[in-house]
Amino acid sequence: MTIDEIKNVILEIIQDIDDEADLTNLDPSEALRDQLDLDSMDFLDIVMELRKRYQIQIPEADYPQLATLDSCVNYLMPRLEAA
Amino acid sequence: MLHKTVNGAGERYDVIVIGSGLGGLTSANRLARSGHKVLLLEHHHQLGGLATWFKRKGHIFDVSLHGFPYGMVKTCRKYWNRKIMESIVQLKKIVFDNPQFSLTTTFDRQDFTKILINKFKISQATIDDFFNTVAAMNFYDDQSMSTLDLFEKFFPGRDDVHRLLMEPITYANGSTLMDPAITYGIVFSNFMNKGVFTFKGGTDHLIGMMTDELLKNGVTICKNSKVDRIVSEGGRVRGVQVGDRFIASATVVSNSGILNTIYDLAGEDTFPEEFLEKVKPVRVNTSSCQVYIGIKKEEQIDDIGDLLFVSTAKEFSSDELLDMHTRSRTFSLYYPKTRPDHNRYTIVASMNSKFDDWAGLDDSKYEAEKQSLIERTLVDLERYIPDIRQKTDWLEAATPKTIHRYTLHTKGTSFGTKFEGLDISRSIFKALPGLFHVGSVGIIMSGWLGAINYGVIVANDVDGYIRSL
Repeated sequence: MTIDEIKNVILEIIQDIDDEADLTNLDPSEALRDQLDLDSMDFLDIVMELRKRYQIQIPEADYPQLATLDSCVNYLMPRLEAA
Repeated sequence: MLHKTVNGAGERYDVIVIGSGLGGLTSANRLARSGHKVLLLEHHHQLGGLATWFKRKGHIFDVSLHGFPYGMVKTCRKYWNRKIMESIVQLKKIVFDNPQFSLTTTFDRQDFTKILINKFKISQATIDDFFNTVAAMNFYDDQSMSTLDLFEKFFPGRDDVHRLLMEPITYANGSTLMDPAITYGIVFSNFMNKGVFTFKGGTDHLIGMMTDELLKNGVTICKNSKVDRIVSEGGRVRGVQVGDRFIASATVVSNSGILNTIYDLAGEDTFPEEFLEKVKPVRVNTSSCQVYIGIKKEEQIDDIGDLLFVSTAKEFSSDELLDMHTRSRTFSLYYPKTRPDHNRYTIVASMNSKFDDWAGLDDSKYEAEKQSLIERTLVDLERYIPDIRQKTDWLEAATPKTIHRYTLHTKGTSFGTKFEGLDISRSIFKALPGLFHVGSVGIIMSGWLGAINYGVIVANDVDGYIRSL
């Protein structure tokens, strides 16, 4: 998957979680949580959806790696290639 | 499919959920939506666990629908459906009445700030500091600070302020001043977000909508199906035994009490010694008494508030609230607006209570204590509704023994366990692979919102486990 594809997957999952979220002007290097009013339960939803779609297991200790769009890409890129 | 007995269950499932409290229901729904084949077993003839109701002489009594935080809106939208979310309405009139103060509030940060400034003469800066401190509290914080320490830090010597802040939370989750401050901060902040909310239509309507959603998502539900044993072999879960039926599953989620799960369902011999050592110190939380008051069909009562925290005890103390003859109780008022299709008024009084005070009584003493509980409750209620006795045609009391009978919980706990139970619940699958627990634990995973959200958290663990098999 390319960087943009991974970003789109994340955005698509977030849109499923909150269909009113405005994803147009996200800063990829800023925390998603601060820009979108996401809470820890929302991040759990993202983890569960990624597992369902791509069979990737993300341990709780790694959740901070999903903080920004950029860090999501860095973290998921090698794992999605392996999947 | 919804079945009246376990005969409707198949031979094998991806996951079996034992118990249909809000945590069990939510885990089942989440796992079914995630593509797993789910069986939900409930020992009672009604789903919901302690989120329950019963009918008497045309009345419908809600047992635990007293008010939950606004966070329920988002939770229901994400993990249930829009119809359930849309039935959430605010309870706007929360009343406190005790020898130290009497006030009416919407129970949110803005109104509490106003009250603390005007009535209690606390400075805006102290109030803001307090609210910001509790709002920032999370699970990973220091647990050595007690709620009393927290109150003393911000409002030293102000027993009246402590009472205002603590009393409702004690009724909400059974916590006391001596429990870790984070258990207070997390729950109190949830309420202070926007106030107190309820489900229009009542508990029966909610559980009905949840049942529909579960069936839509393919969950098999069997009522009147009491699991006798969680069967394990070679250190892993293999299924459950219900009477003479064995149903296979490598994954079981128990929504039974955590101690029931370990000692009664799985059995001590299935866990490693070091895990059992950690379980030993787990304290179950306290239980409750309730008095159910049905108003005659032709009678009405004035709006005296939605939720009343009343006490004639001079000062607040956690021990007084738990005393068998406590002078503190909450009244939940159910006006016709609660169930617009059912034009009736009911009142439910709730008290915190200790199982051991009630369990040791012989039959005649037990009945006498129940009668005296009803009488004390009516005396209190007469202060708000003077002619309540003439308007009432149904009176009934429930005690910790009643809660034990319906939920089977160890010592009839209505609030799960104290804080230390959370770690046991979260880590049980490491001690016995395939076994998970969901239900009220650790105070913060208690109450309606806590139970549903914990159902989601556990469903994520379960999903991870199943997909790794």
